[in-house]
Amino acid sequence: MTSAERYVTAAYLVVLGVLLAYLVIYAFKLSRLEREVGELAELARRRREG
Amino acid sequence: MTYLADVGALARKDLLLELRSRDTLPAMILFVVSTLVVFNFSLPAETGDLAAYGLLWVAIVFTAILGLTRAFAAEREQRVLDGLVLAPCDRSAIWLGKGISVVAFLALAEVVALPAFGLFFEPVTWELVAAVALADIGLAAVGTLLAAMAAASRARELLLPLLFLPLVIPVVVGGVGASIADDPGRYLGFLGLYDLIFAILSWASFEYVVTE
Amino acid sequence: MSTSLPNNRTAALAAAAFVLLLGGVALAFYWVPNAPLEGFRQRIFYIHVPVALTAYACFGWAAWKALRLLSTRDQRYDLESYTAVHMGVIFGILTLVTGSIWARTSWGVWWSWGERQLVLFLVLFLFYSAYFMLRYSVEPGPRRASMSAVYALFGVVLIPVSFLAIRLAEGLIHPVVFDRDIGSNLAGSQLLTFVVCLAGTLALAASLYGNELTGKRIDERLRELREALE
Repeated sequence: MTSAERYVTAAYLVVLGVLLAYLVIYAFKLSRLEREVGELAELARRRREG
Repeated sequence: MTYLADVGALARKDLLLELRSRDTLPAMILFVVSTLVVFNFSLPAETGDLAAYGLLWVAIVFTAILGLTRAFAAEREQRVLDGLVLAPCDRSAIWLGKGISVVAFLALAEVVALPAFGLFFEPVTWELVAAVALADIGLAAVGTLLAAMAAASRARELLLPLLFLPLVIPVVVGGVGASIADDPGRYLGFLGLYDLIFAILSWASFEYVVTE
Repeated sequence: MSTSLPNNRTAALAAAAFVLLLGGVALAFYWVPNAPLEGFRQRIFYIHVPVALTAYACFGWAAWKALRLLSTRDQRYDLESYTAVHMGVIFGILTLVTGSIWARTSWGVWWSWGERQLVLFLVLFLFYSAYFMLRYSVEPGPRRASMSAVYALFGVVLIPVSFLAIRLAEGLIHPVVFDRDIGSNLAGSQLLTFVVCLAGTLALAASLYGNELTGKRIDERLRELREALE
């Protein structure tokens, strides 16, 4: 691979990298949201029964 | 005409307060002169003479920050800003009145700084004076608005430079350009344009910054 | 309080981004011929310029939402403006990185003050980073929303003013050694590739924006729910 090809590919890879990083961060966020919804559902159920 | 009367009253209040307490202006003057002295030691021997002009503009910007940090400090300490906002005047009058006093402080500091600069470094040309005058207006216009924002925050003095510096980069360009370029008119015109755009924008948006 | 971007719209945008961006990158690597003067390294153009234009679009969108907030006082625009700035900063960072790589391939240096777009993005990056500082140091509420909105408006005005300043500064501070015309003299195939990549990047930004906004709104609703239940 020539030097130019390396750099061009690197540029596109950076964009891909940021996208994938965003995906990972978002996955964590989603699992946190899921946990919170579960906690709130629990709270609501206790409220209803109590 | 009560709008202008309000503006006059507000500006006069700030100037009188300063006259009595005498803390901000001496600090600004001392700061700018000290900075100029530091420049002597920070410029290597071989740098061209023109570098000094660049540093002068940096000094002016930071002196402005110093003055602006104090602009709403007193208000915050006494919750006067809340009172002013409740006052039956157009909120933008607060901006204009405060801005005028900031320009006054800056100008007074520069009355000392420019001769000092002329003494220590390079001659002070008419273009430089014109540029400084125009820059003062621009710096005060955006600075007053940003200082009001910073005063409402927890970070206060830390926040103002962060908000201020990117916005005033064009002022530095205009000022340095007017000082050293062959055709200073272009840069002075640019400074005027900056002043016009940002003064109008600041004047129109100030009320949104200070009200709930 | 509904999201401004219903999620079927976000999904559609994501699908569009998938097709356009994948297609665009394929075009940029396989189909488009080498640029006559610059050679292979010119292909960075097809990712760098769309990302830059997308960042501008995000900041413009943020300013539009900010204007809506100030004129209607409807607080839901605050989150939309904030999310748009967030996206703009992400794409701004990408612009700086890809631009730096391009500078490296063209002139052997990672940074050049003579490169107008790069310098402009650096100034904007500083400006919008301060936006986050502002938001974090003020209590949440209508006051913070108004201040953020005013600041976002200032940002969008700063873009042309800064660009003009940078052009004026070129004569003063650094000799303009390299003169590069981006976007002029684009041959047909290059133009097509560019347009596809641009459309794809914009669609990508829009779908990321929609996702991010939904996530933030859910956060808000959950907080409300929690307060109601505890």
